[in-house]
Amino acid sequence: MAQAVPSSAATAQPMRLVCPAGTPPALKIAVDCGADDVYLGFRDETNARNFAGLNFDDRAIREGIAYAHARGARVLIALNTFPQPRTWRKWQAAVDRAAMLGADAIIVADAGLLAYAAKTHPTLRLHLSVQGSATSHEAINFYHEHFGIHRAVLPRVLSIEQVERAIARTPVEIEVFGFGSLSIMVEGRCALSSWATGESPNTHGGCSPAKAVRWQQGPEALESRLGGVLIDRFGAQDHPGYPTLCRGRFVVEDEIYYPFEEPTSLNTLELLPRLQAMGVKAVKIEGRQRSPAYVETVTRVWREALDDCAREPQRFRVRPAWQQALAHVSEGQQCTLGAYHRPWK
Amino acid sequence: MKLALGPLLYFWPRATVMDFYRAAADWPVDTIYLGETVCSRRRELKLADWLEIGEALAAAGKEVVLSTYELIESDADLRTMHAVAENGRFAVEANDMAAVHALAGRGPFVAGPFLNVYNAATLALLAELGATRWVAPVELSREGIAAIAAEAPAGIETEVFGYGRLPLAVSARCFTARYHNLTKDHCEFRCIEYPDGLPLDTQDAQHFLVLNGVQTQSAGVHSLAPLLDEVRAAGITGLRVSPQSAGTGEVLAILRAALTGALDPGEAAARLRPLMPAAPCDGYWHGGAGIVALAPANRG
Repeated sequence: MAQAVPSSAATAQPMRLVCPAGTPPALKIAVDCGADDVYLGFRDETNARNFAGLNFDDRAIREGIAYAHARGARVLIALNTFPQPRTWRKWQAAVDRAAMLGADAIIVADAGLLAYAAKTHPTLRLHLSVQGSATSHEAINFYHEHFGIHRAVLPRVLSIEQVERAIARTPVEIEVFGFGSLSIMVEGRCALSSWATGESPNTHGGCSPAKAVRWQQGPEALESRLGGVLIDRFGAQDHPGYPTLCRGRFVVEDEIYYPFEEPTSLNTLELLPRLQAMGVKAVKIEGRQRSPAYVETVTRVWREALDDCAREPQRFRVRPAWQQALAHVSEGQQCTLGAYHRPWK
Repeated sequence: MKLALGPLLYFWPRATVMDFYRAAADWPVDTIYLGETVCSRRRELKLADWLEIGEALAAAGKEVVLSTYELIESDADLRTMHAVAENGRFAVEANDMAAVHALAGRGPFVAGPFLNVYNAATLALLAELGATRWVAPVELSREGIAAIAAEAPAGIETEVFGYGRLPLAVSARCFTARYHNLTKDHCEFRCIEYPDGLPLDTQDAQHFLVLNGVQTQSAGVHSLAPLLDEVRAAGITGLRVSPQSAGTGEVLAILRAALTGALDPGEAAARLRPLMPAAPCDGYWHGGAGIVALAPANRG
């Protein structure tokens, strides 16, 4: 077993706010609204939000980094998909590009790519992506010992007690998800999307890709299909949502229901004092695929909340105005504490 | 080419498991992976039981490998993983990086299908730490597997998932319990009622997935039987068969006959059909959607 390291709970530091930037306007607004770290990706399948019209070319990254650095924020580049032999050089080149462009850190999932980055760019900060599926301190310490990772993003499946135990036993900074779309499967361990479409987050940087989506108006219902597979049917009363595979309605023994999850959003505002006391280093906002307006709303709310929490953690209260603002931008409108609080456990 | 029996992914009653592996001693299989990999709440068998089964199978001439959990969450999970990793008797298949951490430098181990080995650099790293065999992720194509196998350090074996319902995803949540409106900690072990998983269909009656507790599997049975010539040509040295509730021994016998040339691959595929719990598929092999069947013998 790895050597235990003391928890930083006794000297809790303010947590860093890590915000998504799918486009240059989103980056600017995130920085303006108080993001400490902004994360983004190149315009290809080297990152897990490989969507049309999204992401950055080199020039936009240079400008974005200059903009962020001038205002005290850092830029993290996500290279968090798994290169295959045919595409290995492209990912390798992406690591080199990120280093050359002056990224403050890269967010990587693949062990082979981490090895390359650690060897070739020893001064480049490495963050283990949530897609790296490190769910225990021992897995995190594996990546630390071999590649010297500085930070690990924990999968959204862990309970708050499990997060706490991991922090207490690793020297690696821990980042957790605070707000956004909720992944029901362990990140990096889900091939449901490629089962239906041939493309998954691991292989192509996207789940339930838009090009595989078809909407069809049937006689009684609007149907959403993914790779030809019927994901859901919507009547006049329903609010049709994007056909992410695990948010569909399916049939088990004649019962039609959501077998995996109802469409909800993760929102952990009320846990902030506890996360801070545990020694969580950074809180991540999901949503590089969302609009600058989303980034603005969420960054403003979370900046205020983190500042409140850092100032007076004992007196921290979630302001109703925050929840209202976040409810407007949540997918499915309904918020949940996700795995941090496990009503289903 | 070695024929392997993968770890039992379902939750069967203890007596059923014992009978299954008693029979397996006589099946034409080289390697048998043992142990609970899916859910730490499944405790019909303890590690001591698996070791005992392993001894019997080793005495019957099988290579025995103990597999670790696909998902580790709690300290108890870590302790179980360490007990498996440090069993001192049989080789171990690591299914997450905590297990690799525990096994590194302790001698040979198998890099399991959940380790996300998608390229030669990752495999080289694991080989350096002691891996002598890797099992390809289920969604990796023939092209990807062949390229990694071609670059693999000398002596590294390449195994693929060759037959069975594919383990596609894992979650902290239990979807079998959810179906029964139960919480995970009070699941009543309902997955024991579904020896081949709980089928999930689309609303227009397509067999789509299978719920296996915290694991989600394909409904279709991934089968490389019609493609064995391509499998060999890809540099693959091991073919994994995933246990199913009935006919696993027959499946292994048919594949063995096909591998020795006693049976034509097309004929083997035809004979496998009546033994499958659902229709076959092979899309991942061709680099496309896993659900698709492209090999003629897997169609129609």
